[in-house]
Amino acid sequence: MRPTFINKLIAEAQTDSRIFLMVGDLGYNMIEPFREKFPKRFLNAGIAEQNMMGVAAGMAMQGFIVYVYSIGNFNTLRCLEQIRNDVCYNNLNVRIVCMGEGYSYGSAGMSHHATEDIGVMRVLPGIVVASPANNIETEKIISLSFIHTGPMYIRLGKTRKLNAENYNPEYLEKVSNMMIGEVLPVINNNKTNAILSTSSLVEDLKDQIETSYNDYDLYSVPFLKPLSKIHLKAIAEKYDSLICLEEHQENCGMSSAIIEIINDMYAKGEIRRYPIIYRRGIKDKFQHLGGSQSYLREKEGLGLPIMLD
Amino acid sequence: MEKSTTQYIDSHDTFNFAKEAKILALKLVNRANSSHIGGSLSIADVLAVLFNGVLKLDPKNPKSPERDFLIYSKAHCSSIYYAVLGLKNFFSTELLEDFCKEGSIFTEHINCRVPGVEYGGGSLGHGLPVACGIALAIKKQGKSNQVYCIVSDGEMEEGSTWEAILFASQQNLSNLTLIIDFNKIQALGKVVDILNLENIENKFQSFGWECLRIDGHNHKEIIGAFQRSHSELKPLAIVCDTIKGKGVSFMENNLKYHYSSPNEEELKSAIKEIENETYIYK
Repeated sequence: MRPTFINKLIAEAQTDSRIFLMVGDLGYNMIEPFREKFPKRFLNAGIAEQNMMGVAAGMAMQGFIVYVYSIGNFNTLRCLEQIRNDVCYNNLNVRIVCMGEGYSYGSAGMSHHATEDIGVMRVLPGIVVASPANNIETEKIISLSFIHTGPMYIRLGKTRKLNAENYNPEYLEKVSNMMIGEVLPVINNNKTNAILSTSSLVEDLKDQIETSYNDYDLYSVPFLKPLSKIHLKAIAEKYDSLICLEEHQENCGMSSAIIEIINDMYAKGEIRRYPIIYRRGIKDKFQHLGGSQSYLREKEGLGLPIMLD
Repeated sequence: MEKSTTQYIDSHDTFNFAKEAKILALKLVNRANSSHIGGSLSIADVLAVLFNGVLKLDPKNPKSPERDFLIYSKAHCSSIYYAVLGLKNFFSTELLEDFCKEGSIFTEHINCRVPGVEYGGGSLGHGLPVACGIALAIKKQGKSNQVYCIVSDGEMEEGSTWEAILFASQQNLSNLTLIIDFNKIQALGKVVDILNLENIENKFQSFGWECLRIDGHNHKEIIGAFQRSHSELKPLAIVCDTIKGKGVSFMENNLKYHYSSPNEEELKSAIKEIENETYIYK
């Protein structure tokens, strides 16, 4: 998703002089074309993330749209209070772009696993939390980031080259018209059970359903906050059961966000029925072992068949 | 725009303004039974100079794009800052009756919803990075606004402040002036006994800053520091040696007044002492 992000940013920066890219000494073999084209709108703030986020807030106060890029937890947890007090409280146009969803940097060890970020970020008032499944969604989310007012967190991962022909036209059309908060049908065969997932794990699940487990419909949840009540209502009323699968701690992440909204709609009588909702994520633990993203996903049971325990 | 840094500033006027602001701040903390009067009194003289000839600000248009920026990072010392803004007509001082009351925007740590407050605060170590961002943006935009940031000495212990000190010199933020209220007492004791900041001028200079050290209660020295021409390449730090609780004998260097507010009797006595302060600076 990194090349998609940077290419889209370069294209927009040609005409929008507010676009500014700030990195925390990371982004080798990715940021160079932006830096070459727009040297005055690029800054390596060094390995000093608290200052970087405060500087981004100050620049956004003066009208820049600042993309703060780093990997893993460095531009989120390391500078959380700056995000809360300086960026979110002032509703500034800062885009926190994190490379390394879930176990993307699996072999690097637990310091580099972004497995609590959704929970931590989505609790902050006013921020949009986005977690695209593939390059198509990434490109659309970056486009939306040019026009949205207020802070955004964008969580990127490593994905293989994507062939749009592998996707159904309904999905592609919905991505292309997507507004912030929408939920996207990836596989829609009118089954009675559906899987909801986010990040590039959606791609794995799509492959697994298409090859071996065709009992499920599949939805991508590109935004953990806000989440469209209209979309969730339609999904809740359509299926007998929903399985929420995420490469994140099982608590506070995507499934929690979905359940909060469905629960509130049910409590207020806004939906007719409350489907069975299973949650499957990382079981309140740190990962001690190294390994590729696919290895660690399999080890944690983040795939099909679903192991509920 | 009201004033520029090149105009003549009368130190008698700023001295008298500081007295007025200090008396108002004392009344505010007394009425609200709120904290931090000691650190408010230590920065009063610097604020009086800043708001009477240094900062380009228009109280009728506090968000004017032409304005100078003041990031008041020692946001816990709010009574003096609100008092100064009220006396400079950013809002009616009558509104300060609400200071620290339920439902009031005049919160105990400064609130950016108050007219004239550029940036709200409360967590130490946030102000200087934000000031750096504003200063960098202004430079990128080719504008000439000045950015000032006031920090407490305790705040100089925050790692994020030192990240920003490295950053400001790296980016040649010559439009940035950092003011350190060095009253030498923090929440649980003396700075020298907790995380010693001395020799602070050398620290700044070795980090690539220009640094001045002045008596933060001598209005002539304060005016001189702001009006002195300085490097076009380096950010400027002004270390102000100050006294916590300055001007009220029983509050001076007394840790109690980091927390306590004066009772009615103490308030009367404090106001009398401030009123009797005489201009002695040469």
